[in-house]
Amino acid sequence: MSNSPKTLFDKVWDSHVVRQIADGPDVFFIDRHFIHEVTSPVAFLGLEQRGLGVLFPEKTFATADHNTPTINQHLPVEDPLSANQLLQLEKNTSKYGISHWGLGNPKNGIVHVVGPENGITLPGMTIVCGDSHTSTHGAFGAIAFGIGTSEVEMVLSSQCIMQPKPIKMRINVNGQLGKGVTPKDVALYIISKLSTSGATGYFVEYAGDVFENMSMEGRMTVCNLSIEMGARGGMIAPDQTTFDYIDGRELAPKGADWDKQLAYWKTLKTDSGSVFDKEITFLASDIEPMITYGTNPGMGMGISKNIPQAKDLEGGASSYAKSLDYMGFEENDSMIGKKVDYVFIGSCTNGRIEDFRAFASIVKGRKKADHVTAWVVPGSHVVEAQIHEEGIYDILTEAGFALRQPGCSACLAMNDDKIPAGKYAVSTSNRNFEGRQGPGSRTLLASPLVAAAAAITGVVTDPRQFL
Amino acid sequence: MAYDSFKVLRSSAVPLPIENVDTDQIIPARFLKATERKGFGDNLFRDWRYDKNDQAKSDFILNNPTYSGKILVGGKNFGSGSSREHAAWAIYDYGFRCVVSSFFADIFRGNSINVGILPVQVSPEFLHQIFTAMEKDPKAELEISLPEQTITIVSTGASESFEINGYKKNNLLNGFDDIDYLQAMKGEIATFALNR
Repeated sequence: MSNSPKTLFDKVWDSHVVRQIADGPDVFFIDRHFIHEVTSPVAFLGLEQRGLGVLFPEKTFATADHNTPTINQHLPVEDPLSANQLLQLEKNTSKYGISHWGLGNPKNGIVHVVGPENGITLPGMTIVCGDSHTSTHGAFGAIAFGIGTSEVEMVLSSQCIMQPKPIKMRINVNGQLGKGVTPKDVALYIISKLSTSGATGYFVEYAGDVFENMSMEGRMTVCNLSIEMGARGGMIAPDQTTFDYIDGRELAPKGADWDKQLAYWKTLKTDSGSVFDKEITFLASDIEPMITYGTNPGMGMGISKNIPQAKDLEGGASSYAKSLDYMGFEENDSMIGKKVDYVFIGSCTNGRIEDFRAFASIVKGRKKADHVTAWVVPGSHVVEAQIHEEGIYDILTEAGFALRQPGCSACLAMNDDKIPAGKYAVSTSNRNFEGRQGPGSRTLLASPLVAAAAAITGVVTDPRQFL
Repeated sequence: MAYDSFKVLRSSAVPLPIENVDTDQIIPARFLKATERKGFGDNLFRDWRYDKNDQAKSDFILNNPTYSGKILVGGKNFGSGSSREHAAWAIYDYGFRCVVSSFFADIFRGNSINVGILPVQVSPEFLHQIFTAMEKDPKAELEISLPEQTITIVSTGASESFEINGYKKNNLLNGFDDIDYLQAMKGEIATFALNR
C-alpha cells in the first residue's frame, strides 16, 4: 500500500477494481444497482438471448418512475406502451428475485429519491443505474453514475462494468450563500461557468463550507446536476450530516454493523496534499438566484442579469442563435417579467421535502396566478406523506395548487405531463433541451423558490422580494 | 456477437454542424417505450426531422437526398445529456457506423462503442476541414481505419489520427463485447465479492 495522499474518489474507486486491463478499462465492481422500466427491458432480453442469469439479485433494486402517470395511479395505465414497460419490469424482477417497488407500492417513487430515503445509498459505495442523474447518490460520498443498457446487462449478469477511471476535478465554493440562493442555484451557477462540457471526462468532488453547511437534500440536488456539466458524477465527503440522515433508515446498517461501517465512512475524505487534475474555486457571494434562458443547462444566469450576447461567448454563434430562436428570446433581454405558462416542481433534482418546504414558503398566504398551470409532483410517496404531515399540503391547496402523485413527470415528459409547444415552463428539473418537456416546449430551469415566485406572479420574478 | 465488426469504413457522410447535440434530440424520450431494440432509426432526430403533423421537414439534413452515408459528422459536444443507449441504437439502426465530432459526451461515447458505433474525435480544425470538404462536394468521402486509427478526407488526402484504447479497439475489430469478457472472469468476480 502506498502512503501517498488519496482523494475521496480514489479511495472508493480503487477499492472496487476487480481487474485492471492494460490499455483498457478497469473491471469495476458495483455495490448497488438501481433499475427502472425504461432502460432495463432490453438488458433483460439480452440476458435471455445469451442464456445468462442475474449474479447478485439482492444488489439490484427496481422502481417504476419514468413513464408512470402522476394522477389516478390506482387505475390501469392507459398508454399501452408504458403499461407494457411496467409489466415487463414486474415480470423481470419477479423472475430473477429482484426487489421491485412498482406503481402503488408505498415505497414507490423516483429512483434517485427512494434509494437514499430508504437507506440503500450509503457512503463509499459504487452505485449505477441506467439514468444519467444517478450522480445524485454522490451526495453520500458514493461513486455513482449513469450507464447505458448494455452496462445494465453487464451489472445484472456479472455485477461489474468496464470503465476507464475518470480524471479528477475539485470544485470549491466558499462563503455564505445569500438570501434566496439555494443548492439548485449553486449548481446552475457552476454549470453556467463551466458549460455543459466543461467537466466531461472528470469525476467531481465538491468541497468548501457551502457544501459542508448544506443539507443532504441540497447535496443531492448539487450532485444530481453534475452530469449537466459533462461530469460522470460528483461526490461530497460524508460527515455528521450524512450519518444523521442515514441513521435509522430501513435498509441502513444497524447495531454492530452500523458501528463498523461508520468507522469506515469516517475515513472517506480527501487526504490533505491530494492532487486533482483540475481545481476551481468560486465565491458563494457571487451567486444569486439563477434561471436558464437557452436550450442547455449551461445557458443560465443570475435572474437579475440580461441574456448574454453571442459576441461575448466562446463557441458557435449559429448554435447560440438557434437556441435563442427556439426559446423566442433575444440577446440582451431581461428575463424578469417574461410570461410563464407552466410551473413544474418535482423531479430527481428538486422533488424532495426541502424543495416543497421552500416552494411553500413563498406561496403561503398567496394565490397561484390564474393563467399558470402548475404541476406539483413529489419525488416519492414518502415525500408525499411528509408534505401532508408538515401542513404543506394545506398551504398548497389554499394557494390554488393541486398535489400530484410521485414520478419523473414533466421532467422528461414520457407520461402525459407534457408542456405544449411554444409554452414557457419554469421548471425545477434538470434539462432545458429542445422538446425535453414535450415537443416544442420551452423550459426555464430554476430553483423551487424561483418556481414559486413565477407561479404566484405569472411572470419570471426574483424570489427575494417574497423572502 | 452483438454487432458487426468494424475495420475500415469508406463512405460519404452526413454533416450536422450543430454544437451540443443532446440525446433528447437524437431520440426524444417519448420514443423510449419499446421493450425490444427495434425500429429506433425511424425516430432518429425525430423533432428536427418531422413537424408536428409527421411531415418531413425539407430543411433538415436527413431529409436532403444530396447527403447520405454511414458516417455522421456532428458539432462539438455531441451526445450530451441522458444515458439512454437508445440514442446510440437509433444512430446505428438508421445506418450510421461512425460518428465524427471534435468532442463527445462521456456516456454517449461509451454507449456507442458498446453497440458497435465508432466515435472518432478529431481536432476542431480537422472537423472544420471535413465540413468544408462536404460543402464543396456533398458526396465527399471519408475513410476511417480502425487498425491504423486514422481518419482521412479522401478528396484532399488530409488525415488525422484518433484515440481509442487497445481493449475497446480489439472489441470493435472482432465484434466482441464486454459481456463476453466479464462472463469469462466470473470466478474472479465472485471471489472479489466474497472478500468485500
